[in-house]
Amino acid sequence: MDAVRARSDPNPRRRGVRRGKGRLLAALLLGVAAQAPAAEEDYAAQRRELVAELRGRDPDVAEETGHSGFDARVLAALATVPRERFVPAPQRPYAYLDQPLPIGYGQTISQPFIVALMTDLLRPRPGQRVLEVGTGSGYQAAVLAGLVEKVYSVEIVPPLARQAAERLTALGYANVQTRLGDGYYGWPEHAPFDGIVVTAAASSIPPPLIAQLKPGGRMLIPVGVPYFTQNLMLVEKREDGRVRSRQILPVRFVPLTGGHE
Amino acid sequence: MSEHASLARRSRHVGARHARDRSRQSGGEQNPLLLALSIGAISAAALAYQVLLMHWLAIAHWQPFAAMIISLALLGHGASGTALSLLRGWAVPRFDRLYPLSAAGFALAAPACAALARAVPFNGLELVWRPAQLLWLAALYLTLALPFFFAASCFGLAFARYGERIPRLYGADLLGAGLGALAALALLYAGPLRIGLLAVSALGALAALLAVGAGTWRRAGVLAVLLAVALAATGLSRLPLTPAPNAYKDLSRTLLLPEAAIVAERHSPQGWLAVVESPAVPLRYAPGLSLSNTQEPPPQLGVYLDGEAADAIVRYHGRPEPLAYLQRTTAALPYALLDSPPRVLVLGAGAGLAVRQALSLGAREVVAVEPNPQMMALVREDFAEFAGGLYADPRVQVQIDTPRAFLRAASARREPGYDLIVLPLAGSFSDAAAGVQAADEHYAFTVEALREMRARLAPGGLLALGHWQKEPPRDGLRLIATAAAALRAEGVAEPGAHVAAIRSWDLGLVLIAGEPLAPDRIVRLRDFTEQNGFDPVYFPGIRAEEANRFTELARPYGFEGARALLSPAWREFVAGYKFDIRPTHDDAPWFSHFFRWRVLPELWALRAQGGAVLFDSGYLLLLAALAQALPLALVLIVLPLRALPRAQDPAMPRWRPALYFLCLGLAFLLIEIAGLARLKRLIGLPLPAIAVGLAGFLVFAGLGSLYAQRWPPQAFAPRLHRAVLAIALGLGWHLAAFGLAVDHAGALPPAARALLGLASIAPLAFAMGMPFPLGLRRLAHEAPGLLPWAWGINGCASVLAALLAALLAIDLGLRATLLIALALYVVAAGCWRATESKRQANAFYTQGEQ
Repeated sequence: MDAVRARSDPNPRRRGVRRGKGRLLAALLLGVAAQAPAAEEDYAAQRRELVAELRGRDPDVAEETGHSGFDARVLAALATVPRERFVPAPQRPYAYLDQPLPIGYGQTISQPFIVALMTDLLRPRPGQRVLEVGTGSGYQAAVLAGLVEKVYSVEIVPPLARQAAERLTALGYANVQTRLGDGYYGWPEHAPFDGIVVTAAASSIPPPLIAQLKPGGRMLIPVGVPYFTQNLMLVEKREDGRVRSRQILPVRFVPLTGGHE
Repeated sequence: MSEHASLARRSRHVGARHARDRSRQSGGEQNPLLLALSIGAISAAALAYQVLLMHWLAIAHWQPFAAMIISLALLGHGASGTALSLLRGWAVPRFDRLYPLSAAGFALAAPACAALARAVPFNGLELVWRPAQLLWLAALYLTLALPFFFAASCFGLAFARYGERIPRLYGADLLGAGLGALAALALLYAGPLRIGLLAVSALGALAALLAVGAGTWRRAGVLAVLLAVALAATGLSRLPLTPAPNAYKDLSRTLLLPEAAIVAERHSPQGWLAVVESPAVPLRYAPGLSLSNTQEPPPQLGVYLDGEAADAIVRYHGRPEPLAYLQRTTAALPYALLDSPPRVLVLGAGAGLAVRQALSLGAREVVAVEPNPQMMALVREDFAEFAGGLYADPRVQVQIDTPRAFLRAASARREPGYDLIVLPLAGSFSDAAAGVQAADEHYAFTVEALREMRARLAPGGLLALGHWQKEPPRDGLRLIATAAAALRAEGVAEPGAHVAAIRSWDLGLVLIAGEPLAPDRIVRLRDFTEQNGFDPVYFPGIRAEEANRFTELARPYGFEGARALLSPAWREFVAGYKFDIRPTHDDAPWFSHFFRWRVLPELWALRAQGGAVLFDSGYLLLLAALAQALPLALVLIVLPLRALPRAQDPAMPRWRPALYFLCLGLAFLLIEIAGLARLKRLIGLPLPAIAVGLAGFLVFAGLGSLYAQRWPPQAFAPRLHRAVLAIALGLGWHLAAFGLAVDHAGALPPAARALLGLASIAPLAFAMGMPFPLGLRRLAHEAPGLLPWAWGINGCASVLAALLAALLAIDLGLRATLLIALALYVVAAGCWRATESKRQANAFYTQGEQ
C-alpha cells in the first residue's frame, strides 16, 4: 500500500510511517489529504528524529566501532545532509526511514544505519582525504564531506555519475570531487588516501586501491547484494605496509546457544 | 452475428438442451474424439505455459519468487471450479459456446497476461523493507492466474457436461499435460521464451477450433474463432513477451557499464545463458583471491545464468604469466599440497575457471564434468579461441553429465583414481535443479556423494570443496559436518585427521583427504595460508590463535564449529547452532537450507538492522506462499457452498467427496514432485529427468485413467480399493526398483537410466490416474451439481500440495513425502465409502426404474 501511494503522495509529513503501528492508517489518511510539497522544516524534523533513533542504537555498535556508540561527529554529519535530496521524488516520503531505497540503475542508497556505521569505522578526521568508489546517489560522499577535508568519488554508470555531480554541486558540497570512471584503478592523481569507501559491489578487492591507501589508512567494503549488507569488510594498512582485514557483522547475533556460551 | 441467426441458433439450442439432458447418461452428441483431442490440446498448452512461465519468472525475478508466483497463479484452476459451481445452471447448457470461448480466452490471456506481468514493478528484494511489495506480488499472481482459469474452465465444463466419459476426458487431460511437458522442454530449447509463449497460445487456439468442430456451434463459431485468432495473432506477436531481468540482478547491473553487451545467448530447460563482453570496464571475477595479490586478472567474458553471475571465461593466449593470480586463490591450496603433477577431476566445470587453474598449476590430466551442454559448447566452440582452446587441450577430457552420474559410471568402469577432485562452489548452479521446483536438490554435496568421491581418490588424493564464506558460517560448517558424517560412515575413527579448511574474506575451501593428513602437508598448508593471508579454519592439530589472524572475525565460529563437528560431541554442536547445518543425505539433499524455526523471532527482530541477510529466503518464501494460498483456497472452496445442491442423502454429506478430492489433489502432486526430485538422482541430467518426471508421470496417469473408463460405473468402492492397493504396490515397486537402479545402473548411458527411471514410476503413475476420474464419475451419477466444485477442490489442493511437497521434503525427506502421499490415498479410500452399500442400493433402484 505504501509503495503504491508513495507515487501520488509527495508529502513526507508522515511520522507514523516510521513508528510502525500507525503506518498504514497514516498513509491512508495523509496520503489523500495533503498534496503540497513538504517544507524544509518537516524534513529537518524527520532528520533529527532519525539521528536520535541512530543514537539510541549506541550500545549495538559499541563492539564494532571500538568506542561506545556512534561518534557524535558522524551523527552530526548525518544530521546536516538532506537525504530527501538524494532519492528520486517518489521515494522522498521514505527518505528518513532507516531503510535502503531504490535510486534507479540497479542501485540503492544505503540504509542510514549502515552509512553511519561505515562512516564511523572509517575514523574520519579533519584534514583527511577520502576516496569513494561508487558514488551512487552521492549521499555517502555528502556525509563524509562534513567530516574530512576532501572527498574524491568515482562512479562508472554515466547517468548516476552525472546526477550525483549535479546534485552535490547544487547542494554546495564544494569539497567533493566526482569523476566518471572505473573505480578499480582508484584515483592515482590524488593518492594516497587516509580512507577509502568501496560502495559499489566488489567481486574482488582491487589491488590498486590497497596501494593507494596510506599506511595507517582504513578501507571499508560492504559485502552483500543490493538491499542487504552481509557484513562490512574493514581493511587496515598498518604502518609497516602490511594489510590486515576484519569482517564486521552489522547485527549483533550469536549463532550458538546452550552449552556453547 | 445477425440477430436472426442468433435467434435461430437459440431455438435450436433449446431443442438440443432436452436431447442433451437425456443424453447425459448415455454420452453426448459431440464428436467424442475431437472433444478429447481438444481437451488434450488445452491441457498440453496449459502445462507448457506453466513450465515456460516458471522460466520466464526465474529470469525476471528469482527462482524462489518464481516458484511462489506460479504456485499461487495455479489457484486459477480452483477459481474456475468455484465459478462453475456458482454458474453451473447457466454454463453447462451453453457448453458448446463456453468451451471454445474458454479455450480462446486461454489463447489470448496466455501471452497477454505475461506481457502484463512484465509491467508489474514487483521487486522481491524490497519485500523485507516494504511489505507493500506484497501487493505487487499479488498483482503478479492474480494476473497470471487468468490463463489457468480459462484452461481449467474447459476441463470443468467438459466434466460437468459429460459425466459418463470423465475417465476418458481426464485421461486426455493427463496425456495432453504429459505431451505439454515435453513440448515445453522442446520449446525451451527452440529459442527465446517469447516464441514458446506464442506457440502455447496457438495451441490454445487449436483447442478452441477442435472444440468448435466437435460441437453444434459450427459455422458461426468456426468463423468467429478463426477471425479472433487471426486478429489476435497479429496483436499478440507484437506484445513485449521477453522477460526483463530485475534491475538488481548481476546481468542488469553489468549491462549498465559503458559498452558492455551480450555477445551470445542460449536457451534451454537448464536456464538462459548470456555471455557478456565489457571492453571498456573489464570484468574481474576472481572469487577467493588473496588480498596480497597485486595482479589484475586477464580479460574475461561474464557468463550469466538467468541473469545472475555464474562463471567467467578467462582469456588465454598461451602465455602463463597473466594467470599467475590463480596461484593466489583459496582453490589453489590442494595444488600446494600435491607432489607430482596431479590427475584432476573437476565436477561442475562451468565456463572452465577451475580447469584453467588446474592446467596452470601443473595438472597432467583434467577431466571436466559439466551437466549443461550449452555451457560446455560456449567454451568449446563459440569462444574457444578466447578461452585458448581450453576444452580442446590434449590434457583435458570433457564429459557432459552430473557429478553423481559421472562418479557412478567411473566407479562401474573401475577407472583409475584421481589425485584431486574439485567441486568449485557448493550450492551453486552447476549442481542445482533446472528450475521446476521451489527447493533445489544438491546431490553432489550429500554424505553419499562424498563417499563416492572419496572412493575415486588415488592414494594420497584430495577432495576440494569450495563454498561462499558467510558470517556466521553456514555452508562451510555444513560441508564439514557432511564430510565428517561421510568419513564416519567409512569407518574412519578420527575424521578430524582427514580434514582441513581455510577461508578468505569471500570464499572458503574444505579439503578431505583419502588418508590422514601427513605433517609435511600441514607445514605446506601453513605456508600457503601465511603467504596469501588466508586463515586456516581447521587442520589436524590447529591451535586457536592460528585461526583468526588475517581476516579477523569478532569470533571465529568456523574454527570452533569445525573442531566440534569433527569431535565425537558433534551432535551437541549441531543441535545448539542457530542454523541448520546437519549433514545432508540423498533423501533430503537441500544443501542451501539453513533455516531453523526457533531462530525466526530473533531474526525477525533484527531484520531492520540488516539481519534479513541471515534469512535463507527459500523456505520462508514457501511459507509465505502457503500463508497466501491457504486462505485463498479456503475461500474458493467455501464460497460456492450455498449455491451448491444440498446433500440428497443425509448419510453422504458434502464434506466426504470434498475430503476425497482434497486428498487426491494433495497426494498426486506430492508423489509427482518428490518423485521428480528422486529421478534427478538416478537419471542425472536435468533434461531427461524432467521429461521422465513430469511427462512420464502424467502420461502413465493418463493411461491409467483411460483404463478406468473400461470399468462399469457401479461398484465404486471395490474399484477404488483396487486402485489404492495398486498405488501402494506401485510405490513399493518404485522404491525397490529405484534403489536397485541407483545402485547398479550407474554405468549405463543417460537414456538407459531415463528408461529405468520411467520403469520405476510407470506402474505407480498408472494406478494414480484412476481414483480421480472414478470419483468424478461417481459424483456425476450421485450429485452432478457438485462436479465443478470437486474439480475446483482438486485444483486448490494441487496448489497447496506443490508448496507442501517442498516443505515436507525439506523437513522430512523425499521418501517420507511419498509415504505421506500414500497415507492420503488411504484416507481418500476410506472417507467416501461409508454410504457405499446404501448408494449401491440406490443405484439398483434407479436402474430398476429405467
